[in-house]
Amino acid sequence: MWDYTDDVMEHFFHPQNVGILKDADGTGEVGSLACGDALTFTFKLGKDGRIAEAMFKTFGCASAIASSSVLTEMVKGLTLEEAEKITNQDIVKQLGGLPDQKMHCSVMGHEALMAAIENYRAKGRAAAPKSKKGRVVCTCFGVTDEEIKRVVHDNDLTSVEQVTNYCKAGGGCGGCKGQIEKLIAEVQGDRVKKLRIHPEPRPRKLTNIQKIALIQDTMQEQIRPAMRIHGGDIELIDVVDDRVIVAFRGMCASCKLADYTLKEVVEARLREYVSPDLVVEEGTDSRNQPHQHREV
Amino acid sequence: MNRVIYMDNNATTKVDDAVIEEMMPYLGELYGNPSSMHSFGGQVAKKVQQSRQRIADLLGCDPDEIIFTSCGTESDNAAIRGTLATYPRRRKVITSRVEHPAVLSPCRELEHHGYQVYELSVDKEGNLNLDELAEVIDDNTALVTIMYANNETGVIFPVEEIGAICRARGVPFHTDAVQAVGKIPLTLRRSNIDMLSLSGHKLHAPKGIGVLYVRRGTRLAPFLLGGHQEAGRRGGTENVAGIAALGKACQLAADSMDDENTRVRSLRDRLEEKILAVCPDSMVNGDRENRLPNTLNVSFEFIEGESILMMLNQYGICASSGSACTSGSLEPSHVMRAMGVPFTAAHGSVRFSLSRFNTEEEVDFVAQKIGPIIHRLRELSPFVKTA
Repeated sequence: MWDYTDDVMEHFFHPQNVGILKDADGTGEVGSLACGDALTFTFKLGKDGRIAEAMFKTFGCASAIASSSVLTEMVKGLTLEEAEKITNQDIVKQLGGLPDQKMHCSVMGHEALMAAIENYRAKGRAAAPKSKKGRVVCTCFGVTDEEIKRVVHDNDLTSVEQVTNYCKAGGGCGGCKGQIEKLIAEVQGDRVKKLRIHPEPRPRKLTNIQKIALIQDTMQEQIRPAMRIHGGDIELIDVVDDRVIVAFRGMCASCKLADYTLKEVVEARLREYVSPDLVVEEGTDSRNQPHQHREV
Repeated sequence: MNRVIYMDNNATTKVDDAVIEEMMPYLGELYGNPSSMHSFGGQVAKKVQQSRQRIADLLGCDPDEIIFTSCGTESDNAAIRGTLATYPRRRKVITSRVEHPAVLSPCRELEHHGYQVYELSVDKEGNLNLDELAEVIDDNTALVTIMYANNETGVIFPVEEIGAICRARGVPFHTDAVQAVGKIPLTLRRSNIDMLSLSGHKLHAPKGIGVLYVRRGTRLAPFLLGGHQEAGRRGGTENVAGIAALGKACQLAADSMDDENTRVRSLRDRLEEKILAVCPDSMVNGDRENRLPNTLNVSFEFIEGESILMMLNQYGICASSGSACTSGSLEPSHVMRAMGVPFTAAHGSVRFSLSRFNTEEEVDFVAQKIGPIIHRLRELSPFVKTA
């Protein structure tokens, strides 16, 4: 059972401004049935240029409905310039907080508001651009790099898991996690590195057998679980001095990000846990593996 | 919350008062160790023995074929790992796509230890195709593990036929029967099942006690090494209170089996009929004939399961959902997806699972509340075009 605040419950059980405004000045539609939540947000401007009315319809859980409801209340009486300054964090604050895994509900509300404002501004111009800004990074949930960077910035996020909680990116096949990590680094700069906890360095020189055993343990415990989320796997082929030869299996074998994963994930982890001198290489047979990704 | 209408019995069940009464002395004055060489412990050993007999009576097997475990998950893991350990040369395991995670997770883990794991598919009614099993089973197969009845839909699998196919090929067959025991009459001594898992808390015993039935003559490596308990196959001092409770619960289950299949079934059918009548765009998931008597899984299109549960919760009605939001994951239930239930319906699936403690009045109360709830949530949904 989710630990929802009283405000969330209140807005869920007594949602405000349910519906779709006829002749709305701006309409924003985000999400989809496949994603598990979707929101249509509409508003009308008064003569003073301020938002006079806002209404919503939401498919989703209690927090999605509450986020939408509270948003319609928050924007009333604001100019578009003021409304634009609302972030998903403001929605969370207004609700007295949301569980971590439900943060994406507040982001969805924010996105719908932005989409509606954009829709209003595009009116009058030739064929309003409906496409999202930026390049799609998470193809499972259709999240763009711009959207990811915004949630990272607005919510001061530092991990891929947090990004998934906030905007769902990376929550499907997981194939974009490497890119998300890069986007986090882009926004947060050196902060991310500082936050990383480095284990104690291992001062002792390992025997060859100890080294191989440790490499295997590290792959099993630290690397493999992450690869499996991606529908892939990794195998240790050989260890020659400090060269570790591995093969990607399943989804990872055909993944375009394999090179990135090899260096930034596999090598980084092995250096962290085993020895800083290790160099990881991909075995030659890896790419010829059949596509074993489980049909889901 | 004053009143609780509990219709989530496939998740866990109310501990029967008679069961609590049966177990209490073993949490209090009768604290002896059943292995001890004094009569203070010996009387406890007698209770364990009696319970073993009661469980064997419900399952239609011999008491020495019962191994006590801590839960259904342990039983499943023990059956899978213990069997593979005795057949080191066989490298294939066959299961189904709709298993409980207690089976699916250990099986998928095996893929990373050089095993080939084959997951049988189901059709849109949630039924298996046994031809597929016959096709993939071979001399390299170490184990077939397929559930007796599905926890989400209640669909019952043809375990005897599966067992027959396995037996013909000399492959051990394990079934996770945690949802079936107490609802479907069993006579394991005349069946093709080699191993069967059950869990106490699914049949009105407390949490923390389970059983793995192992047919005499079935090869199974010990899975918890320690003392001589459970014939050396599962060491560790017995959970005596849990065992006493499970024995009583099994006795009660045997007594109420008919009730389960007549009265509970008719309550379920009544609930189903009423819900479908008051909620347009709703449908039952899973084969309606070939189904546990207590389970109803129904999808409400265009709305989301967690919202439905929260609304039901307001009235003290307990149910569960296969929607993504309820689990905190982003994808709906693997069972719904394996059955090819469309996303529109999978997100809005709700499971009602009844027990002998439910009443007709409760069913009518739920049926009365659900209509307005569904209507209200659809008013909120952008996918419903209201005129």
